[in-house]
Amino acid sequence: MSLVLEAKSINKHFYNPVDFHVLKDVSFGIEKGEFVSIMGKSGCGKSTLLYILSTMDTDYTGELLLGGDNVTDRDHDELARIRNAEIGFVFQFHYLLPEFSVLDNVMLPARKLGKKSLSAIREAAMAKLDLLGIASEAHKKASMISGGQKQRVAIARALINEPIIIMGDEPTGNLDSKNSENVFDIFKNLSHSQNLSLLVVTHDHDFAAKTDRIITMEDGRIISHGK
Amino acid sequence: MQINVIFDITRTHLLSRFKQSSIAALGVTFGIGTFIVLMSFMTGLNGLLDGLILNRTPHVRIYNEIEPSEVQPIQADEVFSNAWNIVRSIKPKGSEERIHNALPIISTLEKDSRVRGISPQVKASVFYLAGSIELNGVVTGILPLEETRLFNFDEYIVAGSPEGLAKNRNGILLGAGIAKKMSLSIGDKIQVSTARGVLIPLKVVGIFQSGLADVDNIQSYVNLSMGQQLLGEGKTYITDINMKLHNIEDAVPMTNEVRRSFGVSAIDIKTANAQFETGTSIRNLITYAVSITLLIVAGFGIYNILNMMIYEKMNDIAILKATGFSGDDVKNIFISQAMLIGLVGGLLGLIMGFGLSVLIDNTPFETEALPTIKTFPVNFNPMFYVGGIIFALVSTFLAGYLPARKARRIDPVEIIRGQ
Repeated sequence: MSLVLEAKSINKHFYNPVDFHVLKDVSFGIEKGEFVSIMGKSGCGKSTLLYILSTMDTDYTGELLLGGDNVTDRDHDELARIRNAEIGFVFQFHYLLPEFSVLDNVMLPARKLGKKSLSAIREAAMAKLDLLGIASEAHKKASMISGGQKQRVAIARALINEPIIIMGDEPTGNLDSKNSENVFDIFKNLSHSQNLSLLVVTHDHDFAAKTDRIITMEDGRIISHGK
Repeated sequence: MQINVIFDITRTHLLSRFKQSSIAALGVTFGIGTFIVLMSFMTGLNGLLDGLILNRTPHVRIYNEIEPSEVQPIQADEVFSNAWNIVRSIKPKGSEERIHNALPIISTLEKDSRVRGISPQVKASVFYLAGSIELNGVVTGILPLEETRLFNFDEYIVAGSPEGLAKNRNGILLGAGIAKKMSLSIGDKIQVSTARGVLIPLKVVGIFQSGLADVDNIQSYVNLSMGQQLLGEGKTYITDINMKLHNIEDAVPMTNEVRRSFGVSAIDIKTANAQFETGTSIRNLITYAVSITLLIVAGFGIYNILNMMIYEKMNDIAILKATGFSGDDVKNIFISQAMLIGLVGGLLGLIMGFGLSVLIDNTPFETEALPTIKTFPVNFNPMFYVGGIIFALVSTFLAGYLPARKARRIDPVEIIRGQ
């Protein structure tokens, strides 16, 4: 099967305050439609790895391939375009723009991509919100809805540009068990029905256990690929 | 499409902080408004003063200075050329005040393309007689219409008109001080006697007021031919030739040429009004300095508010960058916020400036010195408005650029990790 995302011997150092080798020769791949979780103790480098995979952090050595293309050493503007078109994000703290409406939040990445007309984008955004069961909140301000709803809006936003992979940094870390389960079901559903790849960093064993594969990290190395 | 997104984000940011944005915009409004008012009012005043002095002063004045000859007859004689000649107590020759060959000089100068117009004058010392009162003074014979065309003579006249004088050969325009002392008004008769004892009856056709009491108490104007008649002289008798040029910059070289080619005395406007020009340029300097200071202060206000806004918006910036907005997009968002503040504030400033200028323009301002001025002078030059809005945009761009560049460099990973 084709690899949606592939990391080849990624190394990263933190130099401040002292030289710290945070990622040591990390290599792995994610296949299309695969739902992968990364687990490990705090400080093992799993979030750092995620930021490198997300193209936001470019200060590393090694190679990163997205959809078969090498994206290492591309310039920042190009990486922003890649993030916009091919990667969807879901963070622990929802990260919506509080002053915009729910609908605007979902629409923004698509408007930046600029491939569709405004009305088509609005329609697509409503469809995504509908898919996540929060279409009724579309015109509320993002700061006025509950935490679980915010996370679902964030997922809708991650989906708006039909990315090849969705990345999550503890997407359920801030939610109660009912909402966590809800988010998990949404992810699972996306992975199965839309053949979407998902990569989620999590502390939550129950959540991880239900994913297709668990990558376990310790001290900057992958100690288990979970296959 | 992408520009729309940037603009929508800009608008939402500004509207959701409406109070803050309005205060920043008001800073620009006051800056630009005051700039417009200051420039309009100050240049209006300058224009008025220029009009008072410069427009009424001839660019070149030709006259006949009474002075001793530089070459004494003894020096002209070859016999004494090797001798040491001492002439004591040299006095000017008892010559006339008139300019020699005035009419040929005038017709020569009239052909010069730099000359806009020439107005000959004849000055005579006289006594004014009305009833039992006798006052001494000066009567100047002029061509009233030329004098009006070239030197705004009509601005002095508080009763009657230059045309009235031009139509009536026996008319006289009395100084306001003389008219008051002698209780004369338009239509009354006055007798003028010259040093030679000629007595001529004249009719008052108007009153003029220069604002200088010393002038208004002695000076009067008659037609040129009447002035010549008062002195018992003919048409060739001219004591002053006043010239106005197309370009004031030609005054100095022209004066030198006139002196050289006609052998007469001449003075240019710059020499005659040197201190006046200094005053004008210093007033302009102060006006510009104060205006620019105001705008810089407004610029710092915007800089501060945007800087604060960026600290508040760290999360938004991180999200925008994570979801695919580039550093330049983020920079443009903040620059366009600054420039929108500048544009709105600047336009309001233009309106405010215009409103206050109209108010000042209608404020009564009456002074003895300026009989024709009824309100404060304001210069409604559209360039001030163009300059004001350009300065508003440039200064807000600069004020926004530094914070925006900072926002561009914000690393989203640091923000997201920091949560």
